[in-house]
Amino acid sequence: MTDDEADGRGDGGHDDEVRGAPRIPGPRAAADDFDLSAVPLPPPVPASPPEEPRTPPRPTAPEPESAVAPPAPSDPSPPSDPPVPAHRVLRALLGAWALAACSAEETEAVEAHLTECATCADEALRLRDAVGLLHTDRSLDLDPTLRTRVIDACLSRRPADIPVPDWAAPYDAETARLDALLRDIGSSEWHAPVRLKWFEDEQEAGRKTTVAGVIGHLMAVDGLIGAALDLDVPLGDGVLGRGADWPLSPTARTERYWSAALRPPTRAVHEPWRAQSHTLIRTVSFAGRGVSELSVSYGDFALPMHDALLDRAFECWVHGGDIAEAVDYPYEPPSAAHLNRMIDLAARLLPAALAERRRTGLAGPARHLVTAGSPGRSLHLEVEGSGGGDWYIPLDSPAALGSPAHTVAQVALDGVEFCQLVAGHVPPVEAAAGQEGDREAIRDVLSAAASLSRL
Amino acid sequence: MAKNAPPRWDRKMQQRLARGEAAALGELYDRFASLVHSQAHRMLDDETAADLVTREVFGYVWENPNAYDPKEGSMRSWVARLTRRQSVRRLREENGPRDDPDEDGNGLEERVHRATVAARADYIVASMPAPLRAALELAYIQRRDYRQTAADLGVTEDEARRRLRLGLQLLSTAHTRPLEGMSPPGYGRPL
Repeated sequence: MTDDEADGRGDGGHDDEVRGAPRIPGPRAAADDFDLSAVPLPPPVPASPPEEPRTPPRPTAPEPESAVAPPAPSDPSPPSDPPVPAHRVLRALLGAWALAACSAEETEAVEAHLTECATCADEALRLRDAVGLLHTDRSLDLDPTLRTRVIDACLSRRPADIPVPDWAAPYDAETARLDALLRDIGSSEWHAPVRLKWFEDEQEAGRKTTVAGVIGHLMAVDGLIGAALDLDVPLGDGVLGRGADWPLSPTARTERYWSAALRPPTRAVHEPWRAQSHTLIRTVSFAGRGVSELSVSYGDFALPMHDALLDRAFECWVHGGDIAEAVDYPYEPPSAAHLNRMIDLAARLLPAALAERRRTGLAGPARHLVTAGSPGRSLHLEVEGSGGGDWYIPLDSPAALGSPAHTVAQVALDGVEFCQLVAGHVPPVEAAAGQEGDREAIRDVLSAAASLSRL
Repeated sequence: MAKNAPPRWDRKMQQRLARGEAAALGELYDRFASLVHSQAHRMLDDETAADLVTREVFGYVWENPNAYDPKEGSMRSWVARLTRRQSVRRLREENGPRDDPDEDGNGLEERVHRATVAARADYIVASMPAPLRAALELAYIQRRDYRQTAADLGVTEDEARRRLRLGLQLLSTAHTRPLEGMSPPGYGRPL
């Protein structure tokens, strides 16, 4: 603390607590704009009525009214002694004093005053004690697995009358995990750059945005679920609506959302994103059994509600990972049970993706067409680790059944690696650790997996 | 985000919990879990014990949503009180009927008292108006004097002094309220 800083003070004319008070002796006098024309002596220890609090929280200690200086005596006493700061000036300093946040001269003046003013001495003691209750350690981040444990324990004590459907559980869990991460990051981290990656036209594609931009993207595409449920969805800049004229393709919808915002997105997007995900979970809980098969349109394709929500859980995890990487936070994969379902969804989407690639000449021709529903040539997808399992992908037609007996190739990889491939975060040529059998089949399936990715 | 929630949210949440809506339980957790866990952790200084208290508190609210009376205050303050009460119970259980002094020579009652005051102080800091909290954090954590605090906050020095004093006055009330688990609970059945 220097006197220069103290001198830098501008107009303090509205300081009602100190206006008219005598000058504090010593070099820091300029810190307050004392009105030297006023000459009251320090008021006596007050026995005055409690002050009206000027901010909503009522201070517990009654505070003597101090805005008005005592009237100047008619016969001004000669200033024989150096002026002592007024009681109210020193009392106003007690908070700063207790926190050791005033100058040496002020500290000295306060401490001298405390020896002769019981009211202030009493308050000083209380405030010093209060400082002892402050601490610098940040509260620990909550263990993300605790949520499931707590909720499961609750539900075992009292079963839900209106449960969250089992197929919505991954979306519930992943949105909660991302929400917890977002609560832990600071305001500035919402502007951290994030590069979204996916595969398009056989090569890596990317798009630069920020943490807040990613949440806007997730919210805009989650709006497809809301649209299918006939809910109002966030349309950017705090507007809620049906968005009947909004595109359904996730990419076009995201671009529309991003361009609808007047300013770059900020952490203000957190609340509406979370509100929408809560609303979706709540709505499907109330909607009854039929809703799980309700068709959710993504423009070029559609998924039944239970798969669409699983897809959104997957995207939420993947982009949560993108955000965590951008702000240097740890982010774990989903629970094994949820990861397994996400892998299963991708495995079920693969035959159609293969057929689409075949139609556009990107995959080799079908070798061995069989009647619909019969086992056909298959690739054995062996996913290791948490959430893993065995899937048999029919190679020649989505109508065929995958079959261990008709396996012509095998690919082995870790569950999280497979998801990274499906998310377009790793190129197909680098994806599989173990490969065996028909090379063309392997290449086609891995490329089809990467083609499932999008913005 | 969770602070200063309108009472409407509290009443609506209570109704949804009473109706047995699992989605409401999830939202309740999302809003209060970090409060509950940090209060319990402050009192018990143990991660596992804080997890267990968190489970107990949410289990209690889920089973007894009607024990909450919106007229008595916010759901947030109710949940915080339940947490401190449950943590006190755990502290007592851990120590059994004996009251051996710890290494600092404090008996069980003294430890219970200190833990409760510390948790209540955290709650007060988290719930006080943001301008007061910001001033305290600058002065205490950033070690800024009140003039620097005023400059950082863009307020007069007079206002900075006022906020520091008022913030500490609020905080000092952590010492003066009746202790959970000592006096009869304000309302609601005991945990």
